[in-house]
Order: sequence, then structure tokens, then C-alpha cells
Amino acid sequence: MRRRAGALAPYFLVLPGGLWLAIFFVVPMAVMLSVSLQTGNVVDGFTQTFDVGVYADAITTYDTQFIRSLIFGLIATVATILLAYPMAYWIAFHAGRNKSNYLFLVLLPFFVSFVIRTVSWKFLLADDGIVLGNLKDAGLLPADFHVLATSFAVVAGLTYNFFPFMLLPIYVALERVDPRLLEAADDLYANRRGVFGRVVLPLSMPGVFAGFLLTFVPATSDFVNAYVLGGTNTTMIGNIIQTTYLTNADYPLASAVSFILMAVLLVGIFVYARLLGTRDVLELSAR
Amino acid sequence: MTILEATPARLDPAGDGRSRSGRRGGRLGERLLHAYTWLILLWLVLPIIVMIVFGFNDRVGKRNNTWNGFTLRWWGELFAIPDLTTALVNSLTIALLSTAVATVLGTLMGLALGRHGFRGRGGVELLMFANIAAPEVVLGASLLSLFITMGVPRGYLTILIAHIMFNISYVAVVVRARLAGFDSSVEEAARDLGAGPFTTFRLVTLPLILPGVASGALLAFAMSIDEYVITTFNAGSTLTFPLWVFGATRVGVPPQVNVMATIIFVVGVLLALGNALLLRRRRI
Repeated sequence: MRRRAGALAPYFLVLPGGLWLAIFFVVPMAVMLSVSLQTGNVVDGFTQTFDVGVYADAITTYDTQFIRSLIFGLIATVATILLAYPMAYWIAFHAGRNKSNYLFLVLLPFFVSFVIRTVSWKFLLADDGIVLGNLKDAGLLPADFHVLATSFAVVAGLTYNFFPFMLLPIYVALERVDPRLLEAADDLYANRRGVFGRVVLPLSMPGVFAGFLLTFVPATSDFVNAYVLGGTNTTMIGNIIQTTYLTNADYPLASAVSFILMAVLLVGIFVYARLLGTRDVLELSAR
Repeated sequence: MTILEATPARLDPAGDGRSRSGRRGGRLGERLLHAYTWLILLWLVLPIIVMIVFGFNDRVGKRNNTWNGFTLRWWGELFAIPDLTTALVNSLTIALLSTAVATVLGTLMGLALGRHGFRGRGGVELLMFANIAAPEVVLGASLLSLFITMGVPRGYLTILIAHIMFNISYVAVVVRARLAGFDSSVEEAARDLGAGPFTTFRLVTLPLILPGVASGALLAFAMSIDEYVITTFNAGSTLTFPLWVFGATRVGVPPQVNVMATIIFVVGVLLALGNALLLRRRRI
């Protein structure tokens, strides 16, 4: 009797949370798919017509924004790798006892809302703000120079906001590198470039892969940076989803756009997870 | 690993000091990287410093973007904008409620995954992985699709449901990670001494996993109070703090927002430090 209860225990433990996720995460995905195949409008109502033409519409209408989002996401992700790797390397191999203190400092931005951090950058980079305004007054910049509303501002914002998601997994991977391996390479007459290129870098690649996933997905689908820091020429696919749902109330089209975005990203994610093992990615993302 | 361990650490038969000269070059590189690390840290905290400082700015006119002198006025008039105050209260209560529910549900899931092998475990892990990895905008939009289809009016309750949804997986992952190295023999001992499953849980398991649960709860609270994307889809006309701020960006954010965000920041940092100290003490 007790044995049977023991065998069922994990199911009872998983059930409440699992049900919540099933109802408010899995079912909504199916509902969204069904909504995308409806036709109609908010006033007259929507009917299920299974018209897949909406997907072709979504792609041809918003191809610019889809491609722009992928490019912005990719540039921001590569930028975070280049910026985060040297820092993660230093913390992992040279910070000694202060490792956790440095990591805490890296996480400080997370104690301020994402929206407010982005607004703060808008404030810093404003055309007549504390940086550009003073430089212009000093005659160091032309009066019409601006950073806001450019692609650069949006990509810089994405890079800033998702930087810790890249640094942490790279750090975790580097931290796991056995220092004896470095000594062994040194003893075998590898120069420092050789030690890095043949030992450290390959061993840290799982961290870079995990960081890529954790940064690329939210950066590509973001719309806060494009709204706050960007202009009309930097609209991303997230902005399209938001306005189509909430302002235009064209639910089928908005659902189709969301579904395409998710399909593109999820296929990427699962190919990744296959190569890496989901457990590793989850574990890395939890730290 | 045994081969590596057998290799003498300071084997340098040619004695040409190659590795030593390498070290000297390394010291300069190390210093540069150290400086670089602080440069990046400065970049990371710059917008936070600006946010805090401009909560003390005696601003002139509607725009808060030039320094006009120090004032404590905005701290005194913190609740002078009723809508903003309501939004902040909504954020705090939603964060508290969603953290409470998500911590219970997530901890149970984390326990199941960390302690039991069972059929369907891979499926549960996949579900959590997909939930964490899915783009926020898609999570928000799909949940809105459900509420629209079911005719559920959007507001406080739907925000709460959404926040619990995205927090469960995070709590579960954190709790499970902290279960590594958990010694289940103490539970067996308790059971052998006649404790029932609930008594064992309350008196043995829970105190042992509490630091992990506290970390999970802190993470959930922090995520909930900051969340914008999923919330905006499911909020209807109800506003939370980030939603109110987002709405104000085009017209200019009042300094009260800086003060409120400063308070949230300081309290959050103190809570996290307290939790870290608690964890450190537990380990010794």
C-alpha cells in the first residue's frame, strides 16, 4: 500500500503546477493556432474558416520586420558574446574569492524593471539630454546629431538588456574548466594562445551555446527597446504583434504572426536542445 | 583524469622558462581584463545610477532631463499621482500573490523532478523548458487568445494568472537545482522513527530545502514586479507599475517613478543579500 502511494507521489507533486502550465501555457498555444485560422472582425465576430492564406499575408506584409528582428537579434547576441566572454573569463580564472560578488554586481540591473532601465537609456541618450546636449553645447557634435530612433540605439539597448543572460552561462562553463588541464597544456609547451584556443575555448562552448539561446530568443522577439529607443524605421516583429493584437484587434493576423515567430524560434531552440541536452540548458538558465 | 593527476605539475624539462615568461605577459593581460570587467560593470549600472540621481532632481517644467539642483520634494510627494500609486500597489499585490502560488506549485514540481524518477518526467522537463524558452511576446499573445476566445474580461485576475504561469517553471528549476546533494537518508530515519509523510515533510524535508525555496520565491517576486511584456497583453485597463511607466515614456516620466524604482531596487538588493547570507550560514 505504502509502496503504491510512493510510486504515485511524484504525480501528485507535479499535478497542480503541471495543470496550471497545461491550461495557461499549452492550451493557449492551440487556441492561438485556431484563432489564426479564423476570419472576421471585432464588431461582427470571428468564425473558424481554416483559411491558411493569413500566413502568406503575415509573411508578405511583415517580411521587413521579420528579417529586421532576426538581424537585430543576431547582432545584439554576437555583441553580447564578444563583450561578455573576456569578462566571464576574468571572473572565472582571476576573481578568486570575489567571484560571487562580481556575479552579484552583474545581476544588479535585474533589480530594476526592464522598462525602467530602457527608459533610463532613452533619458541618457536623448538629443538634448545630459550626454549629447552637453557635447553639442561644447561644439563637439553637430546640432542635428542623434542616437535615439536609430538601429544602433535599438541594438545597443538589446545588447545592454540581455548581457547578463550571456555572461552567466559562459561563466558557469569556464568555472567548470579544471585548472589542472591548463597546467597540463602549459607543461606540454602550449603557448597562451594554444592553451586558450585548444583547451579553454572548446570547453566553454556549451556556455556560449546556452547564452546564445538565452539572449537570441528574447532579443529577437523584443519590442520594448524598439518602442522606447527606436523610431519608425526600427519597428520589430514584437511591435507588430503588440499593435495588431491590442490596437488593431486583428486577432487572426496577430496570431499568425506570433505563430510564425514562435515556430521559427522554437525549431531553432529544439535543434539546439538536441545538441546540448535540455537539462544542461535549464540548469544553466537557473543560475 | 588519472593520467593528468600523475603528471608532475611543474614538469619543465628544457628549463627554458617559457611558461614563466608567458606568466609575465599574462599579468598585463590579467590587469587589462580586470579594468575591462569594471568598465562593463560601470556600463551595467550607469542607467541605474542615473535613475537614482534624477529622483533627487529639482526639475523645471515637464521634462526631467537636465540637472537643476538637489531636492527631496519627490520623496515627499511620492504618492501625489493617484494612478501611479494604484499601479504600484497592483504590482506589489500581484507580485506577492503570484509568488505565493507559484512558489508552492513550483516547489512541488521541483521536488518531484529532483527526488523521483517517474514515467513522463522527460515530458514535464520539456514542458518547463518550453515555458522558459518561449518568447514572452508569444506567451502573452497566446494567453490573450485564450481569454478572448473564452470571453474572460482582462484585468487584475488575468494578470495574476499570467504571472503564476511564467513563475512556476523558474521556481521549480531553482528548487531542483538546490536538491542536488540532498541526503534522503534523514527522511528515511524520520519515517523509521514513526513520522508520517506529512510530519516528515514539515519537520525534516521543508527545513532542509527552505533556502532553495526562498531563492525561488525571491526570483519569482523579482520577475513578477518587473514584468511588462506578458502583462501588457492580459491587463485590460488595469495598470501595473511597469505598464504605467511604459505609457508615460512618450510624454515624459515623472520623478516619482525614479523614487519608486529606487526603493524597489534597494529593497530587492537588501533581500537578495539577506538570502545570500542565510545560504552561506547554512552551509557552514
